[in-house]
Formats: sequence, structure tokens, C-alpha cells
Amino acid sequence: MAEKKRKKDLNFFERIYVVEIVKGMILTFKNMLRPKVTMEYPEVKFDPPASYRGRPVLVQENNGVERCVACGLCSRVCPALAIEVQAAETELEKERYPQKFEINMLRCIFCGFCEEVCPEEAIVMSKDYELVFTNRDDAIYGKDKLLIPVDKLKDRLEFLRNFK
Amino acid sequence: MPYLTIDDKQVEFKQGQTIIEAAVTADIDIPHFCWHPKLSISGNCRVCLVEVEKMPKLVIACSTLAAEGMIVHSKSQKTLEARNAVMEFILINHPLDCPICDEAGECKLQDYAYSHGKGESRFEEIKVRKDKRVQLGPFIKFDGDRCISCSRCIRFSDEIAGANQLTFVKRGDRVTITTFPGESFDNPYALNTTDICPVGALTNQDFRFKSRVWEMSSTKSICVGCSRGCNTEIWVRNNEILRLTPRLNEDVNSFWMCDNGRLNTFKFVNANSRVDGNYIKENDELKKVDWLYAISKTADYLKKYKGNEIAFIGSPFATCEDNFTMVKLAKALGVSNIDFAEHNIQGDQDDILIREDKTPNSLGAKLVGVKPAQNGMNLEGILRSIKEGNIKALYVMEDDVASISNEWEEALGKLNLLIVHSSNFNKTAKLANIVFSSSTFAEKNGTFVNFQGRVQRIRPAVSTIEMDRALDRMNMSRWDKFGTQFDRWMQGHKYDAKPGWKIFSLISSQLNFKMRYEMAEDVFADIAKSIEAFSSLDYDVIGEIGSQIEIKKTVAV
Repeated sequence: MAEKKRKKDLNFFERIYVVEIVKGMILTFKNMLRPKVTMEYPEVKFDPPASYRGRPVLVQENNGVERCVACGLCSRVCPALAIEVQAAETELEKERYPQKFEINMLRCIFCGFCEEVCPEEAIVMSKDYELVFTNRDDAIYGKDKLLIPVDKLKDRLEFLRNFK
Repeated sequence: MPYLTIDDKQVEFKQGQTIIEAAVTADIDIPHFCWHPKLSISGNCRVCLVEVEKMPKLVIACSTLAAEGMIVHSKSQKTLEARNAVMEFILINHPLDCPICDEAGECKLQDYAYSHGKGESRFEEIKVRKDKRVQLGPFIKFDGDRCISCSRCIRFSDEIAGANQLTFVKRGDRVTITTFPGESFDNPYALNTTDICPVGALTNQDFRFKSRVWEMSSTKSICVGCSRGCNTEIWVRNNEILRLTPRLNEDVNSFWMCDNGRLNTFKFVNANSRVDGNYIKENDELKKVDWLYAISKTADYLKKYKGNEIAFIGSPFATCEDNFTMVKLAKALGVSNIDFAEHNIQGDQDDILIREDKTPNSLGAKLVGVKPAQNGMNLEGILRSIKEGNIKALYVMEDDVASISNEWEEALGKLNLLIVHSSNFNKTAKLANIVFSSSTFAEKNGTFVNFQGRVQRIRPAVSTIEMDRALDRMNMSRWDKFGTQFDRWMQGHKYDAKPGWKIFSLISSQLNFKMRYEMAEDVFADIAKSIEAFSSLDYDVIGEIGSQIEIKKTVAV
């Protein structure tokens, strides 16, 4: 059997290993002294950047009316069929509003297509990543849970205006 | 026959046809808004401009007569540029409210803007605003902003509906559509304008904002409003009918249907009064029972009476299949008192579509033998005999005989046994000893024969408990295809109902007379075998637009 050839011949210093060990330890100690990135999660919470795709929410204008006109495009584009919209007529200037808007958070895959397709900038991805439910019915978020005042979504709306 | 060339394709045409008509026959698509095959030519949208060789300028395909040897280019550079320009002009004052507009998804302007438009507007000025949400008639809302002034609706009401109710007012970019002062757009065919409107300017108040068109499944069916039997499509979402639209059939209804048919013939399918399961009267109260019990009870009851003590009343609302199996069961029981009630409204008829006979299948019922057998009694005779006490048991299928007159209602109270098939609770069903829950026209396969003697198919659009959309090959929307039992949008109510022929064959299995039918098609095969008028027909031959049968004078309406 032929002798196995190393890819690279080691020189003298490498062969005695001492220098290499020291080099390795320097790297280790350097990392010990670096600031920590790990968070103590429930006590310390992660504040995501504006580009983060958390759960989708509906934008509520300052006058308390939703931006959504129930066009149904988010529901059509949703690859996981998570969104169900039922439109109805209103007397307001925008004739149409969502009587029912439900997102099944068990189906949602946080792809952000709904946000991308929305012609009214009415559905956006929020920074909310804490989604807990104990049964299937609780996982279906209705308008009560989805509507978020526009002030709380400024970050994301600005991000969309710049990069969408 | 003369020929012309459209896009390097030889197209045969009849003398007097326009270029667009010739193109349609050859399946060449020339964009158009104002042109409609059944309306006069108006030529005001200009989007059908085509290049014709040796003509100095582009011409509109809808009003230029085709001529021998003409060479037309509908996709040349020059044509496409002109078309883009026309689209840009049309879109100048068109609002960008597709998300709100009900027409989105079936809008010609949307389609053409996508396929021929530039994608952006150079128009920087303020768009002309017109009246929105105008209540033109009892069922129609008009949105002036969206209107592209194609005048289809005006021409329709003049030429087809015969009611000159709409007109253009004002000029230039302020032109808008309105009724004559003080008048309402209320002719019985008004809602057809919502179908032919190429944009969302005219919308159906009844369907407004209920659903997007792509969320529904559509099933080819027949309107049950009168004996015309207009061809329709049933639009269903979440197992609920949301609207009916007419379907092209030149021999029956062309492109149209009446408002009454469109609005009032499907609401009972999802009404609260649906029977939903079978009921048997115990101590003067209808109690819900399962199918097996109801059927064996019915068989037991029927055995107790002699043939001349029973009468069967068929229905012009039911399919040929249902009536045929009923007659078969009646004859097996030795019953000769068979008839059905006609529902005519005298004078409610016109030259367009509406017929006096308000049932879809009275001719079919006659043809499959819903008539007194030898020595049997007709409807009047049955009524008389019930009052005299000679007929003790009555079997009524899918008809509300108690509502015909007070006399009938009183007579039904005298019966020892009243068995009723009904889809909804009505006077008759409430008087019954046994109520079977029968499928509506939207939940079963079957055939109707209209007043012309045209056999037409209905198909299931709404599923009952015993059906499965996929397995029964019903049309499915995207939701139906991918939904699970855990999705709320899949939880539309399914009623517990069966078609009439199935109930009769189940009853026959409890008697000494078995009808072996697996599906409606089997029943129809039997009809074709035993009734001459239907011979050589089957569901494939009838197809989507039906087939005409020869009617002998004796059964003519």
C-alpha cells in the first residue's frame, strides 16, 4: 500500500505543534472576551430590524378604520391558503371593507407575499414573533388580533417604501 | 364562399360579415369593448383597430365589412401601437380602483390593459370624476368613474330588452350614462347589462362585494325559473350559491336571462327553511329520523293501502329522472292515479324569454309518463277522491300542492298518509306524515325538457352530505381543492338530502320490486330505452347545450 501523502508538507514549527497550540488558544481567548450575542430570551427580548418578517398584521389608520379594502389579492397569492377575506359594503369613501379577515397562523409561512401584493399597503409583516396557541381555533387570527395602529408599524412601512 | 386573410390565415366569411365577425369564427381574437355579437355596431371604443393592406389608415374591425381578398393584420407593429394608444386614452379617466371593483378578474379593460397596455400612464393631470354609487334601478348600481362609454348597456336596453331606458348625457370626457329623468332602469332584463358591461360600471346589487370571481367555482346548469330553461352557470363558494349568470346557447336564450331567474331561483338552496334530513310525524310533531328508518317506514305504510287508495303527484320542478322513477314505483304498486300540477301565471309572458309556465320541466314530466294511467284519475279527480275519502294515501314529490288553493290544503288534512319529497319546509311538508329531504336542482344530475322540447342537463354545483366534490367530479375552486376540515372556509353547510330517483329506488328495495340505479345516468339510460322521444340520447349527446327531441302532437303543451 502506497504511503498516504499529505496535501501540504508540514514545516518544522508545525511539526512540533507548540506554536499551533498557542495560536489556537489565542483564538479561543479572543472569543471568550468578545461581547456576548446570546440573549436570555424570555427576560431579554429580541428587537428585530425593520426587514424582519414576523406575523402579518393589518394597518389601522388613525381614525380607527382599516386600510384594507378586501380585494382578496393576499388571499389569492397566499401559497399556503392561510388568509380568508369576506368583503362588505360601507358608506365610507372606500366603498368596500373586510367584514371578516382571518389568517390561520398554523398555515402561514411568513413568506410576505401578501404584503408584496397588497395594493393598499394594508397588510404588512410585523416584528411580532411570539405566536402561542393551544388549539386550532385560537390559531385563526381575526380582525381583533390583526388590526394594529399605523403608528406602531412606521418602521416597516418606511422600509417598504424604500425597498419594495 | 369568399375568403379573406387575417394574420396569414385564410378565413372564410359570409357576404355582409364584418372583419371581427369573420375573425371570431376563425378563433382569432381581436380586442373589443363596444362590439357585441348580438348588438348593433357602435364603433366608439376604437380598440379593434386593425391594419388592412391597401387602405390608407387603420380601420375598426367591428364595422368594416370583410371583402374578398382582403389582407388584415391584427398583430402588426402599426396595429399594436395604435391599440396601445387607444388603451392609454381609455385609461386616462379610468380610476385605479380594481381592488374595490367587483368586475376585477372578469374585466375586459383589465385584461386588455394587461395584454396591450403600456403599464404606466403619462397622464399627470387630475382625472375627471363622475358620480359613483348611483342606484340606476332596483338591482343595479352604476359607477360613472369606471364607465368607458362603450354604450353596450344602452344598445342592449333598446334592441334586446325593448325598453329605451338608458342614454348618454353630457359631452366629451364628461359623458355619462343615466336613465331618462324620473325613470328607473327596471326592465325585466336589466341585469344582463352587468354581464355585458366590459368594466365594473354596472354591478349587480345582489352580488356586490360578496366574492371575488376567482374564489368561486362555476358549474354549467339550467335556470329553473320558467319553462324557457335558460342556460346558466352556477357560481359557488364555500358550498353556497352566490350568483347565476347566463351562458351562451343560441337555440334557447342566446346570451341573456331574465332578472327574476337570475335573482330568485337559487336562494332557496341555502335558505333556513331547508329540510336537511328526514322527518316522520309522531304525535303531531315532525321528528328527525335517519334514512333507513324513514324508508322502511314508508315501505311499510305503502303496503297497507290498495293501489286505488293511493295517488302520486309528480312535479314539473323535478327532473325527468325523478319523475320517471316515481311513475315506475307507482305502477309497481298498482297505482294509476298519477298526475302533476301545472304552475302557470297567465299573462306573464313576453317575446324575449319569459314564459307563462313557471316550471322548468312540465313537458319532461308529461313525456316520462306523469299522467293518469288506465282508469286513473287526474289532478282534479285526485282532489275530489281525497275529499270523498276514496284516496287515503298521497305521495307528493317536490311540489307544494297545499299552496295551490285552500281546497287542496283542507283535502291534504283529510288524508291518512301523506308522504312528501321536499327540499324546503312549505305548507305541504308541514302537513306530511313523512318528509324526505330532496336535493335541489343545484345538487343533482338530471335533465329538464323545456317548452321547445329541448332536453338539457343540470349538474351538481353544491354538494350534499353524501357527495364529495373531488370524487363526484364536481367543479372545484382553489379553496375546494386544497382545503381541509380544519379550514373555516371549507365549513359551508352540507345538507342531508338525496335526489328523488335515489329515494324511490331505496324505497323500491324495501318492496318486492327493485330499481337498480347507481346514478342519474343509469335512470336516463332506462328512460332512453323505454320512452321513444328520448331514444338515442344520453348525457354525452345532450352535452352542454342540450338536444332537441321530436314531440308528438298528443303531448304538445
